[in-house]
Amino acid sequence: MATDAPTDGGQSLAARVRARFEGPNTIGNSNGFWVGFLVAVAALVAFPLVGNAEQFSLFLVLSLLGLSLSVVWGYTGVLSFGQVVFFGLGGYTFAVVSINFATPGGITAAVLAGVVGGGLGAAVLGYFMFYGGVRDVYVTIITLVATMVLHTFMAQTAGSEWTIGEAALGGFNGMPDIPLLKLGVGAASFQFMYNAIPVWVPGFGTVELDPFYYLALVLLVGTYLGLRALVNSDYGRAMVAVREDEDRTRMFGYNVKRIKLVVFILGGALAGLSGVLYAARNVFIDPTVFTLLFATLPVIWVSVGGRKSLLGAIIATIAIEYIRVTLGGELALVMLGALLLGTILFLPNGIVPWVHRLARQNRPAPADAEGPETPDPTEASES
Amino acid sequence: MVNGINLALQFLDSFAFIVLAAAGLAIIFGIMGVINLAHGEFILVGAYATTLSATKLGLPLAAAMLVGTLVTAAFGVVVERFIISGAVPNWIGQETVGRNLVEPLYDRLADSMVATFGLSLIMVQGARVVFGNSIDTVGTPFGNIAYGAFSYSTYRIVLSGVSIALLVGVYYIFTKTEYGMTARATIQDEETARALGVDTERIYMATFAIGSGLAGLTGALFAPTLSMQPTLGDQFLVEAFVAVVVGGPSVVLGTALSGGVLGAIQAVFTNLYGTFFGRIALLAAAMVALRFLPDGITGFIEAVQSRRQEGQ
Repeated sequence: MATDAPTDGGQSLAARVRARFEGPNTIGNSNGFWVGFLVAVAALVAFPLVGNAEQFSLFLVLSLLGLSLSVVWGYTGVLSFGQVVFFGLGGYTFAVVSINFATPGGITAAVLAGVVGGGLGAAVLGYFMFYGGVRDVYVTIITLVATMVLHTFMAQTAGSEWTIGEAALGGFNGMPDIPLLKLGVGAASFQFMYNAIPVWVPGFGTVELDPFYYLALVLLVGTYLGLRALVNSDYGRAMVAVREDEDRTRMFGYNVKRIKLVVFILGGALAGLSGVLYAARNVFIDPTVFTLLFATLPVIWVSVGGRKSLLGAIIATIAIEYIRVTLGGELALVMLGALLLGTILFLPNGIVPWVHRLARQNRPAPADAEGPETPDPTEASES
Repeated sequence: MVNGINLALQFLDSFAFIVLAAAGLAIIFGIMGVINLAHGEFILVGAYATTLSATKLGLPLAAAMLVGTLVTAAFGVVVERFIISGAVPNWIGQETVGRNLVEPLYDRLADSMVATFGLSLIMVQGARVVFGNSIDTVGTPFGNIAYGAFSYSTYRIVLSGVSIALLVGVYYIFTKTEYGMTARATIQDEETARALGVDTERIYMATFAIGSGLAGLTGALFAPTLSMQPTLGDQFLVEAFVAVVVGGPSVVLGTALSGGVLGAIQAVFTNLYGTFFGRIALLAAAMVALRFLPDGITGFIEAVQSRRQEGQ
């Protein structure tokens, strides 16, 4: 990324680029943060050498879903229980299009169709709600109901009349025939699934690296930086203003409904992308993505990590899903519930902002020219 | 004619289900501004307590239902003290570190949703760990009545009677008793109510207990008709939410009206196209209702009334 050169002051190109990613709406505006960020990204790049990259790619994919809720809820104040609606729409759209057009070009188009499908779903639902004067908790309930509608609907699509082209929706059995993810056109394409590439790494010998993991990682880091730039832009400040006081923002002449709709569509498209990658990674999708439990997971990640923190959403998604997958068994859900309850009661703003505040308090006042922010590697090194 | 009876029974069934599912949730939401996503699990507590006291302790069904209701109300008080008001953690905090540890969840809608969802996860999984994937059920009492080529469970007709009695009872509590008066004062203006000597803390606790007790009663009443699984609360949750939101700010009237409207829609579509489309129609109707009446049915009625008064 172009932001990797933390320089000291001046108006060099790097400093100007970096300034786009910094502001009061994100934590981590210090040199130390960016160093920690680079270390964390480097660690994630190197992770497949030591860990299970195929499993970890799932966490990266779900982090995109967490980010989509963070930007919609944490920054614009619209609590959506329906991010999985757009996630599922993205996944199902990808599945239907790619099964019908199983060429590399077709699959690439299916990825785009999935993202557009998620965004379009959000546009329809969002227009219906925001321009209809639905506000606050009623948005939450409508999105929850939308999830239920889709779950009820998709679960009964087992019959042969529910086929689109060659793709059968399959009811509870889901759609197992999704082709492997290829991006590109014709010969100039690359297969990302089940296509481990042998690479010689000093100290490790020849290892097989999973290209899908790196695709997910690049998309996640890119999305994170993109959203950072968004929330620190003028538009981001308007979003936060909507979150803080809708009526006052409207009085200042902002079109609150349009801001909410635009952010909702962005969140929907992002959730759609996450759903596409989810379906591509599992080579399968079924209606469990519309269940109440799955609908609530993004809310859990974002609340625990800190809803006003993009980084918190990513860290909490990875950590919670890691716990959920490795702990397994009967007590995993109890632990998850206790974690959620404890966080809301004792740290209503989430864990990452709390760590950030602690880190800042425990340091002596900055005596150098680095600016008011103190180095804060804690949050980045947790991932 | 026979189809008319079918439709009427279907309507009564939907109406009873929606009203009973929503009553407890509506009271807690309307008065405390707390969205209890663990509502389904409160129903679970009522259903399990009823079933277990009937099958293990050998109580008669009516007594078992009373036990189920009271157990859930008591459980509600515990939840209110520990989680919703945070009184117990704050007391511990005052004793140990000398400050409050948590903020009450009153009127923090999103936070209360997330926190109670955590509680619901714990309860569902806890029930599974303790009681296994299912427990023995008690049989449905009263048998069937037959008409034409059809027969219908008498118990389900009794349930619709109970749901109407429950609405009347809740209406009486909130309009004629001293608790109801102070509770309504607390909704309107908490500060003033407290200044006039209302112990709002206690009102909240009593309200949560009543709401939980009603959820427990719902679980107790439906216990003979459901399979006793830890996830049984899920099937109530959506209908309950939809009814509360469509009903709007006036708790009793709103629940009755939305039960009537949504029950009618569900009954007609179920009768014509089957259970699946009945459910979809219910959900779609709720979304449309919210789109055009963002404050629910009673909010719309209030707006019309105040417009009329201004016109005079």
